[in-house]
Order: sequence, then C-alpha cells, then structure tokens
Amino acid sequence: MRALLPLGIFLLIGLAFAVGLTKDPKLLPSELLNRPVPDFALTELYDETDILTQDMFDGKVSLINVFGSWCVACNVEHPVLMDIAKRNEVNLIGIDWRDERPKAKDWLAKRGNPYRKVIFDNESVLAIKLGVSGAPESFIIDKAGQVRYKHVGVITPKIWRNTLRPIIKTLEAD
Amino acid sequence: MGSVTATPCVGMTININCDTRAIAPMLNPRYCRAMIAELGHYLLILAMFTSLAQGVLPILGAHKGSENMMAFGDQAAKVLFALIALSFIALTTIFISSDFSVKLAASHSHSMKPFLYKISGVWGNHEGSILLWTLMLAFYAALIPVFGKGLPDTLKARAIGVQGLLTFGFLAFILFTSNPFERLNPVPIDGLGLNPLLQDPGLAIHPPMLYMGYVGFSVAFSFSVAALIEGKVDAMWAQWLRPWVLAAWSFLTLGIMLGSLWAYYELGWGGWWMWDPVENVSFMPWLVGTALLHSIMVLGTRHKLANWTVLLGISAFSLSLIGTFVVRSGVLVSVHSFATDPERGVFILLLLMLATGGALSLYALRAKTLKGPGGFEPVSREGGLILNNLLLATATATVFLGTFYPLFMDAMTGDKISVGKPYFDLTFAPIMLLLIVFMGAAPLLKWRKDSAASLKRLALFGGPLMSIIIALTVLFGKSVLGGIGLALAAYLAFGTLLALARKTQNFKTWRAQPAGTYGFVLAHLGVAIFTAGAVVMSVWAKDDIGRLKVGESLTVSGYEFTLASVAPGQRENYQFLSAKVDVSKNGKEIKTLYPEQRFYPVRNMVTTEAGFHFTLGPTIFSAISEGNSEDGWIIRANYHPYVTWIWIGALLMSLAGFISLFDRRLRFREDLA
Repeated sequence: MRALLPLGIFLLIGLAFAVGLTKDPKLLPSELLNRPVPDFALTELYDETDILTQDMFDGKVSLINVFGSWCVACNVEHPVLMDIAKRNEVNLIGIDWRDERPKAKDWLAKRGNPYRKVIFDNESVLAIKLGVSGAPESFIIDKAGQVRYKHVGVITPKIWRNTLRPIIKTLEAD
Repeated sequence: MGSVTATPCVGMTININCDTRAIAPMLNPRYCRAMIAELGHYLLILAMFTSLAQGVLPILGAHKGSENMMAFGDQAAKVLFALIALSFIALTTIFISSDFSVKLAASHSHSMKPFLYKISGVWGNHEGSILLWTLMLAFYAALIPVFGKGLPDTLKARAIGVQGLLTFGFLAFILFTSNPFERLNPVPIDGLGLNPLLQDPGLAIHPPMLYMGYVGFSVAFSFSVAALIEGKVDAMWAQWLRPWVLAAWSFLTLGIMLGSLWAYYELGWGGWWMWDPVENVSFMPWLVGTALLHSIMVLGTRHKLANWTVLLGISAFSLSLIGTFVVRSGVLVSVHSFATDPERGVFILLLLMLATGGALSLYALRAKTLKGPGGFEPVSREGGLILNNLLLATATATVFLGTFYPLFMDAMTGDKISVGKPYFDLTFAPIMLLLIVFMGAAPLLKWRKDSAASLKRLALFGGPLMSIIIALTVLFGKSVLGGIGLALAAYLAFGTLLALARKTQNFKTWRAQPAGTYGFVLAHLGVAIFTAGAVVMSVWAKDDIGRLKVGESLTVSGYEFTLASVAPGQRENYQFLSAKVDVSKNGKEIKTLYPEQRFYPVRNMVTTEAGFHFTLGPTIFSAISEGNSEDGWIIRANYHPYVTWIWIGALLMSLAGFISLFDRRLRFREDLA
C-alpha cells in the first residue's frame, strides 16, 4: 500500500498540471486589484501643460492601455484599439511608456490615435506604481477610480469580446 | 507505424531540393550548404528509429536472455549519439554561416552578432535547447557501455533500453512539435538577433551546464527503473551509480550558480536568488540530487535505504522533466520564459506522465522485493544521513508547494494568487538552518553505531565559538538572526574540519586520503561559505535610488556614489548611454563604475548594464536608467556585502563533486559483483 503512495501523489500533480495547461497564466492578479489608482501627476503626450492626475478616471469606466512606439506587439494590438475607439465603448486612456514624445506622436500619427488622452510616462513613474511588467498591458478602472482588472499582453478581438467588454459593461451598470 | 508518416516527408524535402537546384549539385558548395538543414532533419529521423530500437531490443533481450539483443544496446547507444551529434553540428553550422533560410536561425541569430553568440544562439531558443538536451541524453547513454563493462549484462541492457526510450520520447517531441530545421519562405535578408539579455558569456555556458546536470540524472533514473525490473538493488549498484550522480550534481550546481550570477549582474535586480518559478524548478532537482548523493552512500556501505534511493533516482530526473515542462509550456509566468506554446506543454506533460508514471507504477509493483535489512541506530553516520535526507525532502516539498501552489489553487478553485519571497524565506531558511546543525555533526559519527561522546569536541569548542559570534554580531551588527546564521556557518566549518582531523589522525595522513575525503570537506566548507554570504546579504545589504544631475551624489551605507558624467556611444550591435559614477568612502576613492543603458536596434529592446565592483568583502554596483541632463538621471546605488561568497561557496561545492569523481573507491569493484 505504501508503495502506491508516490504514484498517487504524482498522478495528482500530473492532473493539476493538465488542468493548469488549459488556464491562461497571464491573468495575473495585480497587487492593486480593487484598490484605487495610485497618485500621480504626469503630462499629456500632446499637451505638455495638461497635467493629468488620478482624478481623470472619476465618474466613468476607463480602459488604460500601456504602449510605446518601441513596442512591437503594440502594432498587433493597435487595430483592435482603433475599433474600440470607433465604437466609443469605453474611456480609452493610453500610457506612453519609456518613450520619446516625437517618436510616440509619429507612431500614433501613422496608425491613428485611439486614445482620448495619453499619459506620457517616459520615466516609468505610473508604470512602476501600477506594477506594469511589459507592454502592451491594460487595466480596467471603475467609476470610483479603482483598478478592477488587469490584462497582460495583446488585446485580441476575442479577449475584448469575451472578457474585457463584459467587465466594462457590468461596471458601467453599477 | 512511424515510418509511414516520416518517410514521404524525408523524400519530399530532398526531392524539392533536387528539382529546384542543378542536376550535379554536389560539386556546387552553395548547394551543399543549402542541404545542411535537410541533412540535419534526416539524421534526427534516423536517430528516432535508432532510439526506438535501442529502447525495445535490449529490454526484450534481457527478458529472453538473448545476449545478442542485449549487446545490440551497447552499439545502438553509440550510433544514436553519433547521429544526434551530427545533427547538432548541422544546426550549429547553420547558425555560424547565418543561413537565414532556416527559420530558427532567422528568428534567433543575426549576421552582425559576435561569433560566440552565434554559437550560443543555437541553444538560446526552444528548439535548439531541446536538441541540446536530447544530445546529452544520448551522450550519457553512450557512456554507459564505456564505463559499465563489469556490470551484469541484464542490468546494463535494461538501463540502456530505458535511456533509449527516453531519447525516443524527446526525439519525437522535436520532430513533431519543435523541428529546428524548419525552412522559411521568403528568406529574410537578416536575422532578428538573439535576445540581448541572453548575449552574455555566462549565459552562453549556463544552459549546457544546467542540462548536463538535469540530463545526468537520467542515468540514475534508468538504473532505478532497470533495478526495479530486475527486482534487485545492492551495494554494487549503488557504488556504480554514485559517480554518475556526482557528475550530474556537480554540473547542476555549476549551472545554477552561473544562472544566479547572470541574473545578478545582467538583470540588475539586485538579487542573487528571486525564488522565481524557473529558478525553483532547477533548484528542486538539485535538492533531491543532494539527497540522492547521500542516500546512495548509505546504500553503498550499509545496504540500507534501497527503496528510498530508487525513489530519489526516479524523482531527481522527474523533477528535471517538470522543470522543462514548466519552462517550455508557460504554465507558470516567469521573467525567464521566452517562447511558450501550450501544444509543446501537452507533449512534455505526456512524456512526463509516461516516464515518471511508468517508473512509479513499476515501483508500486516491485518495491517489496527491494527491501533490505531494516532498522538503524539513531546515533550513527547513517542516522545522520537519513535525517539529512528527510530534511532535504522536506525542503524540496516546501519549494515545490510554493512554486506550484498558485497553479494548484487556480486548477481547483480558479483563484489567482502568487507566492513570493516571504513564504520561501519563512519556510525554507529554517529547514536549511536545521540541516546545517546535522551537517556539522553527522560526519563525526561512525557508521553502524556510535555514542554522543563522539560529538564532545564539537560541543566543547563549537558552543563557545557560536556564542562569541552571536554576541559580536548583536553588538556590532545589531542583528540576532544574522548572528545565529553566521554562528551556524562557523559551526559547520568547524565541524567539517574536526571530521577532517579525525579522518587524517590530526592532519598527519592527509596525503593518503582518498579524493572523496577532499570532496566531502570542500563541499561542506562550500555550504558554510555560501551560508555566511547568504546571511550577511539578507541582513546587511542596502540599496538606494535617486535622481542625480552630474556632480550630485547618493550615499548608501557610508559609500558615496557621485555621478561624474554621462555620454552616449555606439558599439558592435547596440547603442549605449554610459555613466561614470565615482564611489568613495570617508573621502577615500574606492572605484569608478561605468553603468550603461543599451539599446539594441535589431530587437528594439533596451537593457540595463550595471557597473560593478566585485570584491571578496563588500560588492558595490550602480545602474542608470531614464533621464536627461536638465532633470538628472535615475541612478541606483547598491551595497552588497559578501555577496561573492555565495557563488564562491557554490563553486566550491561543484568543484568538490568533480574532485570526488577521482576517488578510487568509486571505481567498479569486481569483488562486489
């Protein structure tokens, strides 16, 4: 009987691995989940005199998207964001991360600008507070300015349809 | 079954080349070069069938008592190694010659890349690293007939057979999910380059060392399974297997140490061990390997722990497989994971279930037949070693739980949680400290039966030594935990030297000692040195970060870091921003550091290169990130005392393992057969 123990334990582990394979590990919990967006004061990408703070999220559901002109995967994601912007479904805010203003403006000029406002964060001030691990990365903020969801990686049409939009719709109904 | 699917495939690739190229192509060197990828691919297919034969015939032969079939295994193992080695050389040639018609080279190499990194690019990616892994699997198998001439025929044949089956699994994995020789159409003008983070001499040799360790445990696995089939584990088996475990363990130690050193200075996180999943999965085979190294000693001299040793032999390699599964499948998020692919995960999981599941099923059936004489005296060398094994097993379970708990929670409840450094510090450190208590004492005990009187000298001198160290540390370092840690490190070093004194009749006969004695002393001193470094680092390391303009400074633990200048420039395959940081202490110049920020245009990637000043005492380093001349630059300053001892300790352990390989007592002894 005791000789069966190692096999039993191993089979349980194997089962957990098998289940684990079907899950998406990128759905990381953010430290900030269900907590307010941290304090910040950063300039807008296009208008340097426009100082943006955490108050900008008050009163509406927002989708924050971390991008950069250097980010290759952001090219893939961009058309999806344009589509979201066209349908005006959410307050889409960009964080231009570790970038230079001319490069970022150029990048958006070529592809179109889906964002209502772009927070210029070349020194990772807000990115570090948000716990951004790479670009692209997105956060959903509720009307009270609390972080409610974090998505690591490219937003595909499927992820938007099945995950992000339902969350946003629910939050808007609140 | 496989030949039906594979043969047309080979024929097709060769035909395409014949059709599109000239009729007398062999005279054309460009054609020969163009053929290399197909040749490598073909060799792998050939190797897969060879490995299948190696896996089936010798085991069947051992069952039927056919000497010819058993002898076939010896030859097949050598041929298999030659086939995979040639295929690996083919892939290396593709990388060196920058043949970007091969997809792998196009995505991971670049014509402008330095030569060394063209070669290390071969295993700096999924497909190539799995090929390297398989090459080593075949290499170890080919060595079994070379060193195992005196082994019983059936045991050797079965072990070679198991090794063949493992190789077959990996070759199938390569050919069906990760073909390194896949062509690309259209052919790009240049490659994408190797991830800049991986362009480092330390990392160029880190994976081969790690794999030599991981894969080395396959021999322990194969011999454990073979022994289970035979229904017999004895002292001869243990003595023959020990050098293999030693070699694998030493390589693994070196590999982990290089990885830690690389992460420390290349990623510049300021940590030498992050308890990252990928680090943990390499550490678990090490812990089990360490346990195996000691239990096999008990089995070799005292004929005890047969079941346990077999179980460890299976576990060490299984954990290596799990490590590969985790890194390659992406089930756990980690900074290390490059390309991950669920399909590959499924395949490796299948391999793991077949290999480990099969071995453990066999164990469940046969464990009873292995039972040796039971019972042992608690105060004896084997008593100490059994405790060591229990603690190492507990430590492994702790790391395993911490690493996979998020995965298990997710699988069962759907909750996403993460387990961080605090958990590991809280659970792992106490187990290790307890282990050190036994490590200091056990080597002083005799085999069979001893009395506590043997530990008199250790208690008599060790006690006051520890008290003094604790008192001094509390007084000057203001840390009780640091004092206890350092005292234990000193106690371990003292106990080890006492054991050496006993073995050498107070150092009179130290020349006549077998290599194993030096191995033991060096390894245990290595652990003492490592512990001292780890304790000092965790208690007294200091870091600070600030925004500095040229001329301004930052003070950390009495060290003043002054930003002297910042200048841009361009080198081989990247642009950089280099800072000059002068470091002084009490007005005395210590060192000028040159931290850099690099931009790799090919990959559109920015990396941070910290400027280091490594010493045996305090190590200081500084890193630069974003900034400009008006607002200043963000500068990190770090003071890491005795961090180098961590790697020196690990290096000593690894060296000790290699030295022990020269022990004459490990040579095969006919009289035991």
